[in-house]
Amino acid sequence: MSQFVNTDLSAFHGVWVFCEQREGVMNQTSFELLSEGRKLADDLGVELCGVLLGSNVGNLARTLGGYGADKVYLCDDPKLSNYTTDAYTKVLCDLVVEKKPEIVLIGATNIGRDLGPRCAARLHTGLTADATHLDIDVAKYKEFLRSTSTMDVDSMKWDMNDKGLKMTRPAFGGHLMATIICPRFRPQMSTVRPGVMKCAEFDAARAEACVVEACPVQLTDADIKTKVLEVVKEAKAAVDLLGAEVIVAVGHGISKDVTKGLELAQKLADALGGGVLGASRAVVDEGWLSADHQVGQTGKTVRPHIYVALGISGAIQHKAGMQDSEYIIAVNSNAAAPIFEVADYGICGDLYQVVPMMLDALSSIER
Amino acid sequence: MKYIVCVKQVPDTSGKVAVKADGTMDRASMATIINPDDLNAVEAALSLKDANPDAKVVVVSMGPPPAAKMLRELLAMGADEAVLVSGREFGGSDTFATSQILAGAIHHMGIEEDDVIFCGRQAIDGDTAQVGPQIAEKLNIPQVSYAADIRKEGNTLTVKRMLEDGYMTIQVNTPCLVTCIKELNTPRYMTVKGILECDKKPYTVYDFNTLKDEPLIELDTIGLKGSPTNVYKSFSPPVKGAGQMVAADQASIHALFKGLADKHII
Repeated sequence: MSQFVNTDLSAFHGVWVFCEQREGVMNQTSFELLSEGRKLADDLGVELCGVLLGSNVGNLARTLGGYGADKVYLCDDPKLSNYTTDAYTKVLCDLVVEKKPEIVLIGATNIGRDLGPRCAARLHTGLTADATHLDIDVAKYKEFLRSTSTMDVDSMKWDMNDKGLKMTRPAFGGHLMATIICPRFRPQMSTVRPGVMKCAEFDAARAEACVVEACPVQLTDADIKTKVLEVVKEAKAAVDLLGAEVIVAVGHGISKDVTKGLELAQKLADALGGGVLGASRAVVDEGWLSADHQVGQTGKTVRPHIYVALGISGAIQHKAGMQDSEYIIAVNSNAAAPIFEVADYGICGDLYQVVPMMLDALSSIER
Repeated sequence: MKYIVCVKQVPDTSGKVAVKADGTMDRASMATIINPDDLNAVEAALSLKDANPDAKVVVVSMGPPPAAKMLRELLAMGADEAVLVSGREFGGSDTFATSQILAGAIHHMGIEEDDVIFCGRQAIDGDTAQVGPQIAEKLNIPQVSYAADIRKEGNTLTVKRMLEDGYMTIQVNTPCLVTCIKELNTPRYMTVKGILECDKKPYTVYDFNTLKDEPLIELDTIGLKGSPTNVYKSFSPPVKGAGQMVAADQASIHALFKGLADKHII
């Protein structure tokens, strides 16, 4: 790697998105990242490239064009069939060294968060974790600050010609937002939180126009130090929090009667048109619902159409994961619960009494 | 045979968090704890040592001098040795810089064929999950992250590595690095015997002078100034304006839902 000089910023061009697939199925986050990457590439006036690694995955390549990629680098090899840190790191880093992109985005999935840091360390560059907002243009970044912070944006000094990537992410469990830059080294790298970037509409014409470039893969068995013995999908139905339009989430307030609380929540979710159950960290820690229901900083960030919080006090870690929901209805017996700070509609009362009233109201309303 | 565990002292972000006027954390006013995932990493090492008492568990932390208290607690839990990596030159390091320094510290203590390094998946202050994999890369050893189960036979580890929708079973040989999640185990408590004996156990401080000649550390990419990433701006997250409170009676709730239906929200 010694021949790779990454302090000459002008030698690096283009925005890349690592497009993650598992067993031939694209991860939804890859489409979100391509949609976001498209905007960044347009701001810079450069190409957006998807990087697709796998075995027999060529059929997926053009789809990536439909979400914004001008070009897809396809690295297809039997040794890339299952994700391994060593193989994927080597192939992605070799490609970066050869093609020199200025930005590399990776979904902050359990695989992306394994691959990203390994690559950044090898490429000798910075990596921002779990970004929730990205900007190139300073003017757009200022607009973002105006709408999300109390900073006096106009009295601050700005270099309006700065075209560096500004990567914003929550820190300290969501208590603080930090915008990170990587001014001296290239590529600028970030993992990006799943479910946060808006996915563009699939554009069939773009997909057709997308250029697919097959790249030679140089891997030997000796490069891969780990052995995947098996890949197991958990039998239980996956909880699709990220795709849900309606989420009814429960918190520690169901402790009085967990079975009844969960039953009421499920009924409410059904009455609201097929919602999904969410949970606060307390509920998952107690084992009342599995971890795939968890909303919040350590769980998932969701932005459904309707979010109903039942018996959730609203720790900042939880709020960080749901406050961008379109309509938030909160039920809590404590009038001072912080969840009411982000709720559009707050009902201070016992959820065991309030939810049946909600069900009654819903059954009598014609929709 | 060593089990090296990287640990971090973090502000307790589940409690009251103080933000200063300039948008940075007021760390001094906050309680500190051992990062939760790191306790699972310590327990992973200690339970392997239970099965193989000849192994030595070394806990290593980078941080300011007060982190010594945390290391003593880990010695009281059963760790054999503690190393505190501490120096003004290391302060303000991002994950790239931190992993270089920790990799340098581990290299300095020497890494052998049958050693395993354990880290927590991520720390609750930064939530990056980056330092473990970056240490592994710097040391040029394989990594397995998100470990929910670890079995060791000879120099081979079989690890259940969690994915969002299932898991992989991965085999890896030592030396290697494993990052641990809370599902892996339940950390043990300190024992009275441990507390009484912890002050007699080896405790070493590596400062800048100890590590400045380490080949894995580039002096121009450590600390606040050298770190590849910098904080451009930091600010408190937006507070959404409080909404409308609705009385907890049938008529009010009915009116609320009627209104939502009329606006086609539900």
